Amino acid sequence: MIESLLFMLILGGACGSILSLASKIFYVYEDPRIAQVEYFLAGANCGGCGFTGCSAAAVAVVDGKAKPTVCVISDMETAANVAEVMGMEVGAAEPLLSKNECSGGTRADDRYTYQGAPSCRAAEALLGGRKVCTIGCLGYGDCVKSCIFDAIHMGPDGFPVADEAKCVGCGACETACPKGIVHVRTMSERLLHFNQEDDALAPCQQTCPAEIDIPKYIAQVRDGDYAGAVNTIRERNPLLLSCGRVCPHPCEDYCRRGIEDEAVSINQLKRFAADYEMHSGERLPIPCAVPTGKKVAVVGGGPAGLSCAYFLRRLGHDVTILDAMPKLGGMIRYGIPEYRLPKEVLQWEIDGILNLGIDYRSNATLGADFTTASLREEGFDAVFLGVGAWNDYTLRAEGEDLNGCYTGIDFLTRFARHQQGDSDEDAIPIGKKCVVIGGGNTAIDCVRTLVRLGAEEVSLVYRRTRKEMPANDVEIEAADHEGVKFHFLAAPVRVIGDENDQVTHFEFQKCELGEPDASGRRRPVPIEGSETLMEIDMLVTAIGQGPDVSFIEKEDAIQNLQTTRWNTIDADPEILQSSVPYIFTAGDSYTGASLVVEAIGGGRRAARAIHMYLSEEELVPVPKSLQKKHIPESLFESVNGVVQKKRAEMPEMDVAERIQSFEEADLVLEESDALAEANRCLGCCRICYNKDKEAA
Amino acid sequence: MGDIIVLVVSCILINNILLAQYLGNCPFLGTSKKMETAVGMSFAVVFVLVMAGIITWVVNTFVLVKFGLEFLRTIAFILVIASLVQFVEMFLKKSIPALYAGLGIFLPLITTNCAVMGVCLLNVNEEYTFSQSLISSFAYAIGFGLALILFAGIREKVLLARVPKPLQDTAIGLVAAGVLSMAFFAFKGMV
Ligand SMILES: Cc1cc2nc3c(=O)[nH]c(=O)nc-3n(C[C@H](O)[C@H](O)[C@H](O)COP(=O)(O)OP(=O)(O)OC[C@H]3O[C@@H](n4cnc5c(N)ncnc54)[C@H](O)[C@@H]3O)c2cc1C
Repeated sequence: MIESLLFMLILGGACGSILSLASKIFYVYEDPRIAQVEYFLAGANCGGCGFTGCSAAAVAVVDGKAKPTVCVISDMETAANVAEVMGMEVGAAEPLLSKNECSGGTRADDRYTYQGAPSCRAAEALLGGRKVCTIGCLGYGDCVKSCIFDAIHMGPDGFPVADEAKCVGCGACETACPKGIVHVRTMSERLLHFNQEDDALAPCQQTCPAEIDIPKYIAQVRDGDYAGAVNTIRERNPLLLSCGRVCPHPCEDYCRRGIEDEAVSINQLKRFAADYEMHSGERLPIPCAVPTGKKVAVVGGGPAGLSCAYFLRRLGHDVTILDAMPKLGGMIRYGIPEYRLPKEVLQWEIDGILNLGIDYRSNATLGADFTTASLREEGFDAVFLGVGAWNDYTLRAEGEDLNGCYTGIDFLTRFARHQQGDSDEDAIPIGKKCVVIGGGNTAIDCVRTLVRLGAEEVSLVYRRTRKEMPANDVEIEAADHEGVKFHFLAAPVRVIGDENDQVTHFEFQKCELGEPDASGRRRPVPIEGSETLMEIDMLVTAIGQGPDVSFIEKEDAIQNLQTTRWNTIDADPEILQSSVPYIFTAGDSYTGASLVVEAIGGGRRAARAIHMYLSEEELVPVPKSLQKKHIPESLFESVNGVVQKKRAEMPEMDVAERIQSFEEADLVLEESDALAEANRCLGCCRICYNKDKEAA
Repeated sequence: MGDIIVLVVSCILINNILLAQYLGNCPFLGTSKKMETAVGMSFAVVFVLVMAGIITWVVNTFVLVKFGLEFLRTIAFILVIASLVQFVEMFLKKSIPALYAGLGIFLPLITTNCAVMGVCLLNVNEEYTFSQSLISSFAYAIGFGLALILFAGIREKVLLARVPKPLQDTAIGLVAAGVLSMAFFAFKGMV
C-alpha cells in the first residue's frame, strides 16, 4: 500500500517536473491574447467554427484570420469580450450574415429530373446539377439541413432565404452549398466585392460601372421597402441623389425588357428611392467597420474622391478629403448646373457622407498648398488622387481668345461659383447671340445655362450629327425644347473680332461624314468652299477636357508619377495603383472625362486596393473580374413572355416656365408610377427571369 | 525475419486495432468525416504510438517489473502517455514547427485515446522484446491509419447515397464500420 502510493507520487512528480522543465526549455513566445481569447470561447471544442478546437480558433482570431464572432455557439457578449481583448470597440464586431445569391429557384428551367437522394451535393455530382443555369440553386436545401440555428429556410420560390435575426454567421450553409451561391459575408466583405464571372448578375448589373444590384433594389421598391432599396444602392453608390438625376444610365441599354418592349426606367426608380429618403426627414443609418487606425488622404472631392472616401471610411479607415475649391462635389457642383442637380440636394448628399466621420479641408490645392510629401509627413498612409479633368481643350483656331470667348468648364465653373456666392468675381456678361461649340454634356449644359441667363439666340455647333453626340439623350432633347438652334456637320474655322477685340463673327465649314475613326464614329470631312459666317457676340468652346496634372512638376517626390499621353494618371485598371506605390487614382483623372457612375465605381475599386495596401496584403486583381464585360449566356436575342407596357415618362417642368429660372427641371416619379414601373422589371438573373403575369 | 513479417501482418490486418479489437472508436467515428482530417489523424497516431510503445516498454521493464509493481501498470501508463504527448507537443512546437503545424492539432486528441493505451498494454501482455514492441506499435498504427482512411473514403461516398432519415450520419457510419469490420474478419485464418 505505502509502496504503491510512494511509487505513484514519485512517478507523478517526475512527470510533472519534466513537463515544467520542458515548458521552460521549449518555451515559444505566444501572443498572450491567445490565452485571453480562448478563455472567452465556449471551450466545447465542437469545431463548428471550422477550426480544430477552441485554441485553434483563438489563434486564428489573434492572427486576424477569424473575426471576434468566430464562436458559433456563444452569443454576442462573447464576441464583444473577444473584440475587447483584440482592442476593438466593444460591440462593434462585424456580424457575419448568410445571403443567398440565386433568385431564380423554381422559375429556372430543369435540365433533367433527378431521381437520386434529395441532396444538392448528390445532384451536383451528376453533371453539375439538374438546373440549366451554371450557378443556379438546386433547391434540395442542403444549406437548410446544415444550419443548426434554424436560420435558413427554403422559400416559396424554391431558393433558400436566410433569417438575419437568427443567423450567427457560422458558415455551415456556405460549406454545404455545392454551387457556392450561399455566402456568409461581413459588411466589409460585401463592400469589397466586385462583379465576377460566376456571380448571379442580371445584364443591367453587369453593365453598371458602379455594379449596383439593380434587380434587388427595384424589387424592394416594388415591395414598398424604400429604405431597403436605398441601402441596397448605398452598398455600391453613395451618390444616389446625384446619380438618380444626372446618370445617362448605360444599364438601361442592356435591360432585357428593352429587347421586346421599352427598357425599365431604372434610373428614375433610383431617384425615386433616393428622394424618398431625403424627404422622409431622416437619414438611414450607415454602419462602419471598427476603426483600423490607418489614415488616408483623398485629394479631390468630386464623385471619385467622395466614393473612395465613403468606402474607406466604412471599412474603418480614417479619411481626410482635400479639395482646391471652396466646397466639395467637384464637377457635379461646379460643372453640372443647378437646374439639373440643385446644390441643396447635393449638399444634403455630401453631408451624409461627411457625417460618417470624414474630415475635409477646402481651398487646399495639391502642388500649391500641400504636397504628397507633406501628407506623408502628417501621417497619411496612402493618398488617393481624384483630381478630375478640369483643363479645357482649345480649338487651336485663330481668334479664340478674343473678348467674349470662353471655354466650357471655365464658363460653367465661374458661373456656378458666382451663383453660389463663393467667389467675389463679377458675373460673366452674357451676349445676345451666343454660340457653343461641342457635342458633349458640357456643351449642352452651356447652351441650357445661356438660355436661362437670357441670351436671345443660342446655337450649338457640332462637327457630326445628332446621332454621334456624346451628351445624354434627354439633355439634347431638353435643349431642343428650350429653343436651342442646332448646327450639325459644321467645323469651326476661325473667330473674327472688331477693333476692340470684341468677338463679332464666327466662321465655320460644312462637313460630310467619312470613314469611321478610332472611336467608331464616322469622321467629319470639311467640304471645300462651304465656309459660312455667323454673326455672334459670345462664344463658348466646349470640345472636351483633360486632367490638370501640373502638380507633378511642383514636387520632387512624385517626379516618377507616370501619366499617359492624354495627361491622365497611369495605373493598373484593376488595382488603380499609380507608379508611386502609395498613390492610387480613379475617376476622370484616370479615365479622362467620363461619367459620374464611372467615377463612383472607380472610387470603390481604388478603396479596395487601398484597403489591401493598408492591410499589408498583396495587391491582387479581382479574381474572374468582369469590369463591365458581359456574361455571354446572359445576352438574349429575344425574350418571350413579355407583354408591352408603356415605360414611365419622366415628369418635367413646363418649358416656358423652366427657362425663366434655375429651378430643377426634371421631376421625380409619383409613387404610383414608380410602383408600376418597378412592376415592369423582369427581375432577371443570368438566364432566368419572371415572365409577365399577363403573358401566361 | 519470418516472425517479423507475421507480426507486422497480424498487427495491421488480422488484429487491426480499430476493426478487430474495437479500440479507439471515438476518433474512428469523429475524424472520419473528411479524408483530409483522417490522413492528418493517421500520421499523428503513427507518431504517438511509436513513442508511447517505446516509453511504456522502458517504464514497464525497468520500473514496474523490477519493483514488482505490475498491478499499477494501467494507471502508470496513463500518466506516462499523457505526459509524453504533452512533452512531444511542446518539443515539436519549439523545434520542428513545420511538423507541429501539420500534427499539432491532433496531438491533444490522442492523449486520451484508448487505442494507444491498448497497444501498450497488449505489448506487455504478449511479453514482447523491445524491438518487437517497437515493430508492433508501428504496425498497429499503420493498421489504424489504413482503417481510418478506408472508412473516411466510404463515408464521403455514403454522403451521395439516399440514406433513410433515422440512419443518417453516425448511425450509417456505425453500420458501415460493422461491415468493414466483417470484411477484416476474412484475414482471421491467415496465420
Ligand atoms: C458640364 C458637365 C456635365 C456633366 N454631365 C454629366 C452627366 O449628366 N452625367 C454624368 O454621369 N456625368 C456628367 N459629367 C461628368 C462627371 O461630372 C464627371 O465624370 C465626374 O464628376 C468625375 O468625377 P471626379 O471625381 O473624377 O472628378 P471631378 O468631379 O472633376 O472632381 C475633381 C475634384 O478635384 C479637385 N481638384 C482638382 N485638382 C486639384 C488639386 N490640384 N488639388 C486639390 N484638389 C483638386 C477639384 O476641385 C474637384 O473638386 C459632366 C461633366 C461636366 C463637366
